[in-house]
Amino acid sequence: MLKRVCNPWPDHRAERLLGAVSLLVGAAVVAMVAFVGVHAWPIFQHDGLGWLGPGGSLATEIANMQATSAHPPASAYHLNAWPLVYGTLLTTGVAVVLALVLSVFSSIFIVELAPARLRRVAIPVIRLLASVPSVVYGLIGVLVLVPFVGNHVITSAQKASVQNVVELTGSGLLVTVVILTVMIAPIMIALICEAFASVPSSWREGAIALGVNPLRAILAVTVRAARPAIVAAAVLATARALGEAIMLSMVSGSTFFTPKPVDGTVFLFEPLRTLAAAIVDYHEGVSAPALRAALYAFALLLLFAAFTLSVAGYLIKLPLRKFEVRG
Amino acid sequence: MSTLVPHTVRSERPTRTGRGRRSSPLTWRWRDRLALAFAWIAGLGLCAIAAAIVLYMGYRGIQYVRPDLLFSRPAPGKLQSESGGFLDPLAGTAILTLIGILLAVPLAVGSAIWIAEYGRPTWLARVVESSIEIVAGTPDIVIALFGLAIFQLRLFAPFSFTASGGGVFGRSFIAAGAMMSLIALPPLFTATRDGLQAVPAHMREAAFALGKTRIATIRRVLLPSVRSNIATGVTLGVSRVIGDTAIVVLLLGETLRIEPQGSAPIVGLLRGTGSSLTSYVFENSPAGEGAAPQKAYAAAFVLMVFVLALNLLVERIGRSHADSLGLTVAGAVV
Repeated sequence: MLKRVCNPWPDHRAERLLGAVSLLVGAAVVAMVAFVGVHAWPIFQHDGLGWLGPGGSLATEIANMQATSAHPPASAYHLNAWPLVYGTLLTTGVAVVLALVLSVFSSIFIVELAPARLRRVAIPVIRLLASVPSVVYGLIGVLVLVPFVGNHVITSAQKASVQNVVELTGSGLLVTVVILTVMIAPIMIALICEAFASVPSSWREGAIALGVNPLRAILAVTVRAARPAIVAAAVLATARALGEAIMLSMVSGSTFFTPKPVDGTVFLFEPLRTLAAAIVDYHEGVSAPALRAALYAFALLLLFAAFTLSVAGYLIKLPLRKFEVRG
Repeated sequence: MSTLVPHTVRSERPTRTGRGRRSSPLTWRWRDRLALAFAWIAGLGLCAIAAAIVLYMGYRGIQYVRPDLLFSRPAPGKLQSESGGFLDPLAGTAILTLIGILLAVPLAVGSAIWIAEYGRPTWLARVVESSIEIVAGTPDIVIALFGLAIFQLRLFAPFSFTASGGGVFGRSFIAAGAMMSLIALPPLFTATRDGLQAVPAHMREAAFALGKTRIATIRRVLLPSVRSNIATGVTLGVSRVIGDTAIVVLLLGETLRIEPQGSAPIVGLLRGTGSSLTSYVFENSPAGEGAAPQKAYAAAFVLMVFVLALNLLVERIGRSHADSLGLTVAGAVV
């Protein structure tokens, strides 16, 4: 007994305790999938994966869901969430592509081109951009960029051309994509820079010695060698962009509208709403069972996407690990 | 010229020897020159954006932050001059950070130790590691909805705000703090695990040779040597928690003032609802209900000051074991 008091943690018990703590984390993930899945189930029960499709009017469907009582009829679970899915795919896709180009080139700048003094400034700057809270980005978007775009960029002719369909206030695709790009680019830059820095400089020097100009050498050797890291960075940034809720809820215009590329330049200013932003916008209606199921179904979709992306990121990083290049 | 005659040395003057001639961009192809220009523009442009954000927030902060804002409670009022300050959101952020970190540290450090030092059976260790990666990749809004689902269970009713009729709202400091710990967990775990894996094996061997048990080695040798990694992880976790909005908006009940539930002094506070700096900014922006941009700017300025301070802190702690460039600490983007 005394021995137990003096030495409360014999080895085997400590191992079991630490193992149990670790399993708790695993259990949290299982519980998360289970809880979100169970709450989302009525939507899937109603018409399988059909709720992802287009058609119907999402705004009236959501309004119906909010209006139903504690025991909604089966028809209340009818949902056509395509505008949200489309908005998510559109903003994420465009922002990731823009951020990818931006971050590959600025990584080249930071790692290879910038003078040492400038690099010492650039690295803390990137870290700062990565750690600015999304609500601050949203605030700047909604108080600075949206009024600017609404008052000075959109012409009144453009506003008049769609006035019967949707009101152009400035909050919409353009502002959303610009801010989202600035938000996810630092994540990509950090990962890509680390990968560039880990490519042996002798490889690039070899190319230069063969007579290629330095920039060609960077593009042909460094960027090529770091390709898996670049893709992995894009995957991570995609996950971040998909899940961004607060900023998008603030600047995306928050209407169930699908911006149509056929509208020409007006397309850039058309408002939209994404899955994550819809959860924020409607979280107060979570006590209505039908709306609750819908919100959890959105969450399940995001969870599934995040899971797929992290598996993809893992698979992409495999060749990196094989060559012991850090990514 | 016969092929038997050896090639004569070219008669031109040999190019400059020594450090060699740098290839001048002016002689490059147009495409390469464009790419070079674009790289410079992209790099400098990002710096300019960051500078613009910091300067603009600083300008607005100086314009709107008044000391009394920091020390007065939010009040209901239509005019921005009447709606009080953000003492409660500041306290809310502090409480949430405290709960989140207190819950996350044992979980993260415990599982990092288990993974790095025991890790048997291997498949289980892989499962735990991948589940932490999944948590890291899960959007905070999904974690918030998960928290809402859990804390609305009748089982957890004592932890959250409960209506008089017995309805469980699932919104409280405990609920939000518990979910915050999931946000803070991944960076903390990764930092600790990487630190443990970087401890050279001979330190463990020396401890074992002296007759220490595994757990004694961990407590007396390994944990002290990864203290700075844990500190980095905690700082990263704190900056995640401070910056998170979605969890606060969904799980803290959206009352700008801290509203304790029940009369017990601390328990009541933890069961009660409130706000944090981030949700205060959100609610006071045009997107929220308040539409008090001055208050939103002021609170966002305070938030930015915290974020900058944490950034500097990470840099100071992390310098000793930074990765090659110092851009990612412990595999996480700061």
